[in-house]
Amino acid sequence: MLGWIGLSIGLLIGSALGAAVAFRADRSSLAIGTAGSILACVTGAAASIAALVSSLEESFLADWPLPIGEIHVGLDSLSAFFLACIFVISGLVTVYGAGYLRPYIGKRRLAPALTFFNLLVAAMVALVIARDGIFFLVAWEVMSFASFFLVTFENDREDVRRAGMTYLIASQLGVAFLFAMFALLGHSAGSFNFDSFAGNVPAGGSLAGICFLLAVVGFGTKAGFVPLHIWLPDAHPAAPSHVSALMSGVMIKMGIYGLLRTLLFLGSPPAWWGALLVGIGIVTGISGVLHALTQRDIKRLLAYSSVENIGIIALGLGVGIIGQSHGNGAVAFLGYAGALLHVFNHGLFKSLLFEGAGSVLHATGTRNIESLGGLYRHMPVTGLTFLAGSLAICGLPLFNGFASEWLVYLGAFQAGSGLPAAWGVTAIAAIPALALIGALAVACFVRAFGVVFLGESRTEAVTGAHEAGIAMRLPMIVTAVLCAVVGIWPAGALRLIAPAVQMFTHAAATTETLESLTAITRIASVLAGLVIVLVLARKVLLRGREVSQAPTWGCGYALPTPRMQYSAASFVEPLLRPFMALIPIRVRRDGPNGFFPVKATYEERLGDAAGERVLAPASRAFIQALSRVRIIQQGRIQLYLVYIAATLVILLVWQLAGVTGR
Amino acid sequence: MLEIVIHIALLILFPPLLLGLINKTKSWFAGRTGPPLLQAYFDIAKLLRKGAVYSRTTTWVFRAGPIVSLGSVLSAGLILPLASNVAPLGFTGDVILFAYLLGLSRFFTMAAALDTGSAFEGMGASREAAFAVPAEPALFLSLAIVCIPAKAASFQAAWDALPWALWGGAHPAYLAAAIALFAVMLAENSRIPVDDPNTHLELTMIHEVMVLDHSGPDFAFILYGSAMKLFIIAALLVHVLLPIPEHLSWTGVILLCLGEAALAVLIGVVESVVARLRLTRVPQFLIGASVLAGIGLAIALYRGAA
Repeated sequence: MLGWIGLSIGLLIGSALGAAVAFRADRSSLAIGTAGSILACVTGAAASIAALVSSLEESFLADWPLPIGEIHVGLDSLSAFFLACIFVISGLVTVYGAGYLRPYIGKRRLAPALTFFNLLVAAMVALVIARDGIFFLVAWEVMSFASFFLVTFENDREDVRRAGMTYLIASQLGVAFLFAMFALLGHSAGSFNFDSFAGNVPAGGSLAGICFLLAVVGFGTKAGFVPLHIWLPDAHPAAPSHVSALMSGVMIKMGIYGLLRTLLFLGSPPAWWGALLVGIGIVTGISGVLHALTQRDIKRLLAYSSVENIGIIALGLGVGIIGQSHGNGAVAFLGYAGALLHVFNHGLFKSLLFEGAGSVLHATGTRNIESLGGLYRHMPVTGLTFLAGSLAICGLPLFNGFASEWLVYLGAFQAGSGLPAAWGVTAIAAIPALALIGALAVACFVRAFGVVFLGESRTEAVTGAHEAGIAMRLPMIVTAVLCAVVGIWPAGALRLIAPAVQMFTHAAATTETLESLTAITRIASVLAGLVIVLVLARKVLLRGREVSQAPTWGCGYALPTPRMQYSAASFVEPLLRPFMALIPIRVRRDGPNGFFPVKATYEERLGDAAGERVLAPASRAFIQALSRVRIIQQGRIQLYLVYIAATLVILLVWQLAGVTGR
Repeated sequence: MLEIVIHIALLILFPPLLLGLINKTKSWFAGRTGPPLLQAYFDIAKLLRKGAVYSRTTTWVFRAGPIVSLGSVLSAGLILPLASNVAPLGFTGDVILFAYLLGLSRFFTMAAALDTGSAFEGMGASREAAFAVPAEPALFLSLAIVCIPAKAASFQAAWDALPWALWGGAHPAYLAAAIALFAVMLAENSRIPVDDPNTHLELTMIHEVMVLDHSGPDFAFILYGSAMKLFIIAALLVHVLLPIPEHLSWTGVILLCLGEAALAVLIGVVESVVARLRLTRVPQFLIGASVLAGIGLAIALYRGAA
């Protein structure tokens, strides 16, 4: 199977180069890039799903003509699972991207968007099959840079350049921790080969602990653990929508993959790692969804919601690790399975939602939900699929989000009764946290869907809106169907991912869990049946009776206008009030002044708590501390010449001393 | 088989009676005769015989609201044990699905309200969302209190393991769960002190204002669905408080009916003697319930460990 994966990497890189060579002809580079990516994704998806089903393990070693050793790639169930996520979602997003980029033909050079898109997919594939620290980091950096160039596609816009710079700095800061981690691991194992890491780090020792913390920071920056998530809400609105879909659906999960791979090196984890991840999950999940509620830019909202979902994944991992550390296979299985299934599920529904947001942006030219409304009548397919994505991301039954959140919940419930009280409590903390996150997510996505698609249009932007083209609609429909299939038939999805989960815990899915998932299928069909029966009942009841249309009842007010509708900001105001201590708010008001006020303005901006209260003060303190070093930088060339001369003299003396000393 | 028939019969026939009981109690307190005990049945029957008016602004989401809402409440009723400890569709982990089915119902009610484009209905949806947020942790913490000592996240296991002797301070955790669940029941079913179902001004409504535009059979579904939601959350509470036998028996049916009736009367008493809270105080009331349930859970865990 590695050969097929290699073939798809080849196809991706080849088509990336092809699209780059054809940079003068936008149409050809679009065709080359899209065709190459689709071919590669179909091949790769088939190969990786086959590998996952058969729990295949493969490994391949080749000499790398560089002094740092050989190139080592491999395939196991964990890799196969992540490869399946990458290929399935990237394939769908590629088709959408072809439709999304079409209007740019002739207006903007398309080649970079296609070249870097395919490079990004190739880098993620390489990253997942890498079995060598150096190769892994190279793939990681290619991934970061390719996505940087994708984010800055519209680089004539000031906000896009700023967002790109934030992203670049965040990802390079993050990778510094990964360099440190691999250096430590490589030093203790004597090689950068992953096989040599495992077993060379004493489990539960301080080295393992330090490596784990470095991995949490390094990989957590990519995944978006709060407060390291700060690049996400800037980068996603800046990037073209299909790129946001790929980055949010797949690329940030590479952080989760890295963390999982590291856990495999570090041996049996102590319970505090799990407790740390549960804590991170709670903070990340709640603050992610709270900030999502305050956004009016739909893509920023979705970016914060990705942060929330990464929090749910961290909760699952934390519960799994706590179970694993106490040898409780059932809890470990449920936690890891919930986290992994949520990786796949979030990839599906978040790419779907970003695609929907992209279609809305295409049709109306605005990302501000406050100026939208009533879009459903103009864009029924986008509306319906966005509704499916919203239900899925809230974890509501019938859709896939429920299945993975259910696994995490169940793991936490079982941890409460099966583990020593101290660690059990930590895992149980996941239950109220998930409940709160779930209720906030429902509010967030009722708001997003309701304000954008329902009611009356708030501005002119909506008047000329039209449904997206077939290339954009098709992937949205397929993704929505996939969300429903996994939601209605979660037992099948769990069987598929079970081999990947079993790399962490030898426990198998208990028959009880599988039976419960079958019961969910049963109840989903009962619910669907009830809905159909009620629809028919209403049809029968209304037959022959007067069914009329009228304006919305305005409680006696005769002249309502669309501007009187509840806005997105007013919708969340009462909800956010108890949480306002957690969200920084800046108010600017002017007037009304005097006895005969002429005009008054009121402006309220809700910021990012972690950014403004943690990162900004921390970076100010850091810069202040470093300002002492600035003394040596006087900007005078004579001084620099002195530095060079002094360095040379010191080196000379040191070398001479070394020679004479020997 | 008989068990399932009785379960479904109770679930379908009993709920509207609760509304009658509440109203009778309130009338008694106010010194009025009040509407007949079966008024809610009459209302539903009347609405089912009427035509419908739909707003021109709305899409199918508006029409789906009452149906999905009633369908999910009905499904939730099928996984919750009523007169015994067994439910037709119960399974391990059903407590989570139960809560999320109520969430699905809420999602569609709010979406249908936003679909009308009315400021009043948007306001109702906004308040519904605001009060569901602090209520959800209280519900889950209460469920955790009853499930964790039972070592399984299912209603059947929880009720099987529930000690009958709750009173006398022997199990303060269950008492905390019961109080928190009572608060959740008031909030989820729009009762005083959270919401006043009889208020006359749209500006002060929560649930009622969300469904202003529904008429005819749709409104019948809504009325029936909210009665059923009250019935199932009350059934949850009845199981915490009363020793319902494990298997189907007349004792179980009678205990459930008596317990439901008693809770309805209690709600009536609360509505008669307590004033409605100011809207900004409601989250504090529900956060208080969550904190109480959290303390209860700590006690349950401590007792389990000891």
